[in-house]
Amino acid sequence: MSEMKKIKNLKEFSTSADRFEGANLLCPGCAHSIIVREVLNATNDDLILSASTGCLEVCTAVYPYTSWDASWIHIGFENSSTAVAGAESMYKALKKKGRLKQPDRNPKFVSFAGDGASYDIGFQWISGCMERGHNIMHIVLDNEVYANTGGQRSSSTPIGSSATTSPAGRVSYGEKRNKKDIVSIMAAHNIPYVAQVAPNKWKDMVKKIQHGFAVEGPVFINAVSPCTTEWKFDPKDTMNIADLATDSLVFPLYEIIDGHELNITYRPKNIVPVEEYLAAQGRFKHLFKDEYKYLIKEWQERVDEKWAYLQRREEARV
Amino acid sequence: MAKKGWDEFEIGAMLRTFDGKIDDIAATRQEDRAYSQNSSYTASVADWRLIKPIFNKDYCIDCQFCWVYCPDVSIISRDKKLIGVDMDHCKGCGICVEVCPTNPKSLLMFPEQADEETEIASWPKKDEEEA
Repeated sequence: MSEMKKIKNLKEFSTSADRFEGANLLCPGCAHSIIVREVLNATNDDLILSASTGCLEVCTAVYPYTSWDASWIHIGFENSSTAVAGAESMYKALKKKGRLKQPDRNPKFVSFAGDGASYDIGFQWISGCMERGHNIMHIVLDNEVYANTGGQRSSSTPIGSSATTSPAGRVSYGEKRNKKDIVSIMAAHNIPYVAQVAPNKWKDMVKKIQHGFAVEGPVFINAVSPCTTEWKFDPKDTMNIADLATDSLVFPLYEIIDGHELNITYRPKNIVPVEEYLAAQGRFKHLFKDEYKYLIKEWQERVDEKWAYLQRREEARV
Repeated sequence: MAKKGWDEFEIGAMLRTFDGKIDDIAATRQEDRAYSQNSSYTASVADWRLIKPIFNKDYCIDCQFCWVYCPDVSIISRDKKLIGVDMDHCKGCGICVEVCPTNPKSLLMFPEQADEETEIASWPKKDEEEA
C-alpha cells in the first residue's frame, strides 16, 4: 500500500501537479473537468484511466491531441469499466508472476463515464465489474442527459426536465419518469464503497476518493456534473448550481460502506427549497407555469422523503 | 509545429503526451514537463474567449478556490500562491470570479481587448454594503 497523499486544506491541495490538461474541448464552465481534476489530484500514485464515449471522451481526445498525462484508454460507449477491469486483472496476474518492471508502484485504476454510459448503456458491464470484485473505481459524471449527442433523455433525467427526446411543450411537461437510483443499485452489489459526490464540496470529494483508493475492491462514485449547455444556465454559474443541488438536497452527499453502513457526509446549514434549484435552470423553466406548479410541490415532497429515508437509514445502520 | 498526417501515425492511434521519459509525473510541474506535440497543453483555446479574467494580486488572499474550481487548469498556483492566469487555456467561463471570496474580488472579467494595467489601476473599491 502506498502512502496516501496528505491534503489538509485547499492551499496544500493546490500544490498538486495537474495530470489533466487545458485546451480540451469541453464547454466553458463544464463541471466534468473540475471533477476529473479533483479526482486525479487526490492521489500521487500512477493512474490507469479509461473513459466511455461521452462529452469527456470526445473532448479530451480530439485527434491529434490528448489532454491526459496518464495512461488513458477509450474503447466503446459501454465498456470503460471493463477496460480498466481488464488492465487491473493483467496487473494482478503479472504481479503474481513477479513480472512487473516496477513492483513497488501502486497504480490506481479509474474509469470515467457519463450518466448515459453508466445508467443505461454500460449498466450491465459495470454491474459485472462490481460483482467480480475488481479493484477499480468507476466514476459517473452525472449530468442527467446525453449531452454529447444533443441532449436526449437518459434514465438519469429527472421528472419535468425538458430534453430533446422528451421536450416540454403544449401537451407535455417534459420527462415523465423519475431518475434511477443508481447509488442504491450499486450498494446492493455489497461492494466496499459507494458514494455520491459533488464538485463544489471538494474536501468531501477528495476524502471519498481517497477512501475509495484505499479500500480493496470495486468502488462506485456518482458525481453530479452541472451541464451549462443542457441545463441551460450561464457558464459562470456552474458552482452556484452545484451549491443549489447539494443545499436543496436534490443531490444529497452520502456514502455506503460494504452495502449497509450509510453515512451522510454533508448536512446543509440552510436547506434551500427545491424551487430555487429548479428556477436557476432553463430546462425546468416551463414548470413555473400555473398548470405545472404541482410538479414542483411533488418534487419537494420527493426530496424530503428521500432525505428522511437517508437519515433513518444512517441511524439504523442497515 | 509540423503536424503528423493521418497515415504517419502509430497504429492504434496511440498518442504519447511526452517526449522522453518522466519518472514521477505527479511530482513534475507543468513547466518541467517535455510535452509532445500531441498534448493538448501545446494547443490553445484562447480564441474561444469573449471576456477574460484579470487577476489583481493586491486583494488576493490565496484561498485557492479559483484554482480548484477552474475547469481548464488555467489558474496557475505555485507554492500555495496564485501567480496568474494561463491565457492559452482559459475559455473565459468566469467561474473563478464567481467563487472569489474577497471584497473587492481579486479576479474580474473584462472584454478580451481590455488592457490589464489600465483595469488594475481603476479596480473597483470595497463594496461596503456587501461586507
